[in-house]
Amino acid sequence: MSERLPGLVVLQAGVQSSMQDLGRFGMAGQGVSQGGSMDLHAHCWANRLLGNNANDATIELAVGMAKIRAESDLQLAITGAEMLAELDGSPVGNWCSFPIKRGQVLSLKAARSGMRAYLAVAGGFLLDKQFGSVSAVARNQLGKVLQEGDVLCARGVGACMSRQVPSRFVPRYDDAIELRVIESYQISQFTPEQLKSFYAASFTLTPDIDRMGARLEGAGVVAPEVGIISEGIALGAIQIPPDGQPIILLNDRQTLGGYPKLGCVARVDLPKLVQARPGAGVKFVPVTLSDACSEWREFCDYFAI
Amino acid sequence: MTGYDIRCVPVSETSVMLYLADVIDAGLAPAVGETARAILDELPEVREVTPSYTSILVEVGSLGSDFEALAGALSAIACRVLETGESELLGKLIELPVYYDPEVGEDLESLAEFAGLSVDEVIGIHTGREYSVCAIGFAPGFAFLGEVDERIAMPRQVTPRSHVPAGSVGIAGRQTAVYPADTPGGWQLIGNCPVSLYDPENDPPSPLEVGDRVRFCPIEREVFLERGGHV
Repeated sequence: MSERLPGLVVLQAGVQSSMQDLGRFGMAGQGVSQGGSMDLHAHCWANRLLGNNANDATIELAVGMAKIRAESDLQLAITGAEMLAELDGSPVGNWCSFPIKRGQVLSLKAARSGMRAYLAVAGGFLLDKQFGSVSAVARNQLGKVLQEGDVLCARGVGACMSRQVPSRFVPRYDDAIELRVIESYQISQFTPEQLKSFYAASFTLTPDIDRMGARLEGAGVVAPEVGIISEGIALGAIQIPPDGQPIILLNDRQTLGGYPKLGCVARVDLPKLVQARPGAGVKFVPVTLSDACSEWREFCDYFAI
Repeated sequence: MTGYDIRCVPVSETSVMLYLADVIDAGLAPAVGETARAILDELPEVREVTPSYTSILVEVGSLGSDFEALAGALSAIACRVLETGESELLGKLIELPVYYDPEVGEDLESLAEFAGLSVDEVIGIHTGREYSVCAIGFAPGFAFLGEVDERIAMPRQVTPRSHVPAGSVGIAGRQTAVYPADTPGGWQLIGNCPVSLYDPENDPPSPLEVGDRVRFCPIEREVFLERGGHV
């Protein structure tokens, strides 16, 4: 049995807090971006703690500093960046589900470690889908970026237990990360020396990271001097513009691009990138397509994606 | 159709690229559009297709050990579409009204001067042929149309404008396009089209698809304003 409950009222929206599911598919032909939760691991755990479907929407809190009041008795879960959540002033553990009573206020501070937290409600949020998804892509005028006063309805479910993600699945968000690269796209147009220097280089994550992409800086990689015909950009594609500073393309990326790309970051490594803070060190190592595929399938099987 | 070269290569755990040719040819657009549609319709495991000038990025839930099977199925669809040539009849023809005037097309006069033509000749040449939608990207509903007559081809602005109003019609090299929304941009602006090319409240949000054909029709200021245009 489910019913429509007045769920949560946004008292303070934070910065760029938005509703996200697994993304919007089938619209790239019209130039519409996929969107979707940037940290899929944290998103999926928030839903799993509550027995939701992986595609149920969560609130992606990009910076934190949000306050939300419950309008009904609900069960919530929070995962991802550590934002020192408090329920009416009492601390709530991260990577946990917990009950919230009507009238109680959940407050989140600025992220202490990691960048993005995910908040889910048991039964899922009730939101109108646009082209099959609720994901907010502000540039495409689709979905919902939270604003003060928003009321987010929830599908009512019976009481459920409070649970916690087993500690072996809780990642530590480091300031030095290694990303595995599936070599593809224009890889054969980079010389062995160019690739060697790419894998040897230590890059730094710049403050220029948002839902579209992450810009790195470092010693620089010489980009091949070939004209590329604009083509579809996959999630995690590593683009090398003429200045040699890599850009990793993320959920709200443009659908097409014309810069050389040397491959894609393994999908299961993207949470490390989107939780890293500007200034973090980034190194790349190659991974075989078959290894990356098996890990991705394991992830999908585990969360029933 | 001759000279096509179909290749299918993996790009990530969830995507493969289907290349149909190695050089841009506006005549290929209907086949690219029809191949993309057929892939999405016929292969249930495919969740996304991104057609462009010469390629289609195809996304599935996860690339199993059956990459060869998927590649075979994609190539077979592309071959069928290219060989029958039926796709050339399938694209819709869409007429877009344009008010060509310096008050909405800041570069109309400088483009005419660059081309050594009168403003009326530029308008006559721009409206004088059908264009193919070769790709949609950059922004939702932004359709890259090819190819304009060489006589009115002109490179992009050296420094892009920080604000180009929605509806602006531009030329960049031998491509032409309508900006669906206010955005920064560097194309040479020659007029404005009052028809919305991206509205997230519509389904589909844009009237254009890869492979469609577009013809521009000149309209007077009065008609432009009546149809919702702004000066």
